[in-house]
Amino acid sequence: MLSFILKKIGVILPTFLGVTLIAFTFIRLLPGDPVLLLAGERGMSEERHALLMAEYGFDRPILVQYGSYLNELAHGDFGTSIITKKPVFEEFMTLFPATVELSIVAMILAVFIGLPAGMIAAVKRGSTFDHTVMTAALTGYSMPIFWWGLLLIIFFSGILGWTPVSGRMSLMYFFEPVTGFMLIDSLLSGQEGAFTSALSHLILPAIVLGTIPLAVIARQTRSAMLEVLGEDYVRTARAKGLSPSRVIGLHALRNALIPVITVIGLQVGVLFAGAILTETIFSWPGIGKWMVDSISRRDYSSVQGGLLLIAAIVMIVNLIVDLLYGLINPRIRYTE
Amino acid sequence: MTETTYNGDIDTREVGRVAMLKEFWAYFSENRGAVIGLVFFVAIVIIAIFAEYVAPHLPNQQYREAFLQPPFWQDGGSLTFPLGTDAVGRDMLSRLIYGSRYSLFIGCVVVSGALSVGVILGLFAGFFKGRVDTLIMRLMDIILAFPSLLLALVLVAILGPSLINAMIAIAIVQQPHYVRLTRAAVMGEMSKDYVTAARVIGVRRVRLMFVTILPNCMAPLIVQAALSFSTAILDAAALGFLGMGAQPPIPEWGTMLADAREFILRAWWVVTLPGLAILLTVLAINLMGDGLRDALDPKLKRS
Repeated sequence: MLSFILKKIGVILPTFLGVTLIAFTFIRLLPGDPVLLLAGERGMSEERHALLMAEYGFDRPILVQYGSYLNELAHGDFGTSIITKKPVFEEFMTLFPATVELSIVAMILAVFIGLPAGMIAAVKRGSTFDHTVMTAALTGYSMPIFWWGLLLIIFFSGILGWTPVSGRMSLMYFFEPVTGFMLIDSLLSGQEGAFTSALSHLILPAIVLGTIPLAVIARQTRSAMLEVLGEDYVRTARAKGLSPSRVIGLHALRNALIPVITVIGLQVGVLFAGAILTETIFSWPGIGKWMVDSISRRDYSSVQGGLLLIAAIVMIVNLIVDLLYGLINPRIRYTE
Repeated sequence: MTETTYNGDIDTREVGRVAMLKEFWAYFSENRGAVIGLVFFVAIVIIAIFAEYVAPHLPNQQYREAFLQPPFWQDGGSLTFPLGTDAVGRDMLSRLIYGSRYSLFIGCVVVSGALSVGVILGLFAGFFKGRVDTLIMRLMDIILAFPSLLLALVLVAILGPSLINAMIAIAIVQQPHYVRLTRAAVMGEMSKDYVTAARVIGVRRVRLMFVTILPNCMAPLIVQAALSFSTAILDAAALGFLGMGAQPPIPEWGTMLADAREFILRAWWVVTLPGLAILLTVLAINLMGDGLRDALDPKLKRS
């Protein structure tokens, strides 16, 4: 197992180095003078330009620049925002819990609806239920989620008036963040109605963000389940006279889950991409909206830092999924 | 069952391409959803080609007497503007019809760009193995480490927001999938006898790669092309929606949605219709993609 872990990490390290190279090149590829872009000042004098050039280190050889960039990263320095002048890492960490909370709730929705739906569809293959689930899943998979979010706002906020249009929490409540997760913090604060408010803000964005993972999980569960149901050991279990629920729940499901878990893990990248759109529509103060805002405000050092941090998170989660996969399925760890 | 007739000694059973196409169609048409998707897709293609003749108005023509006019079945609507008008008095139906051109164009350009670059890189990786392979695959891993939409956004920030740049960005983000698929397929083919035979008789490398091996790797690539056609439309619409794709007044569906956002609670049709157009187009292509997969990939058949 240890050699399997080391091998996986050995593959990931050069990739991560490549990712830092992309983030490093990003600022230098932007059209225009990088000093002007990073300083964000107007009417800069020659002397000031030269001074900043030296300060940012753009006058040094490119390899030296990359070396010192890596050095800064190693010390946890991901740059300073051009607009707010705060460390990018700090900004990222204050917004990150909002995205994580949204993603977790979205994934819970996706797994708890998608898994049973896909399972039942496979067991009742060819039935009306199967057709309905698969049509719904394909529709969800084809959904432009930014539009889906707008539709939900029209219906639930506009017509029914049930949910707020944007944000994480009603302005009526205030409490210090403890965990950064509104659902937990609102409960900890003990204020009446705070939890309901947090939940009503969260539910629509979570549905929107969870739609594509839900569709993917339902489809994947169904096809994995169908494959397993055709295997010999399932037939044997049936022939032994086990009850259908036992055959499906105990023998089939456990093996069908292996590919499904991988798919769930792979949704992390999808969630980040979805968060960009979902958070923009619902003004959800998370990483996705922050990245879009940073790009449109030309806060390029934030974009650079955010790009790197997001890629790092995606890679780490994928690594964990890979390792878990090897743990569940020994065939993987020995054949590779 | 194909009918067979014998004229003396000549066997007129269909062989080769025609028979292959017939078999393909037999599998494809078995899937009802795929046929519906195909019909719908063909309809969109026809509408896009003949947009000038189908659309009642020009896409950017403003009618100052009709701002935010509702569709004809609602109070205040008229058949002059069957699906209503937008905030500056442009006919929604005409804009949607012209918009189909952009979406199909985006899909075609992105898929052909990503496919050609991806296939060549994948062929090289699978054919030469070793260091070339490692280098190409690490590069693809790096691209895949970023969430696709985020990388596309950043690329557009570098290139400048426009439809062309959005398409380039999406093609770059998509091509690793083609590289991986081609490489896997090529590696599978390389060990087969016909490749060895071709080598033995001295077929040159380039011919071996592109003429001998590549045609046998096409099935998964075609399926992937259908999938990424729909993803390209979705991603381009998302970039347009974020203001980083096609710029107004281009009637691209995502850009139309971005323009319509502020009227979301006042005029449902300006928000609902462009999104519906995206959804139906993407759905039709994905239905076709499922049918293609069933028909072309026997391993995945009926799963």
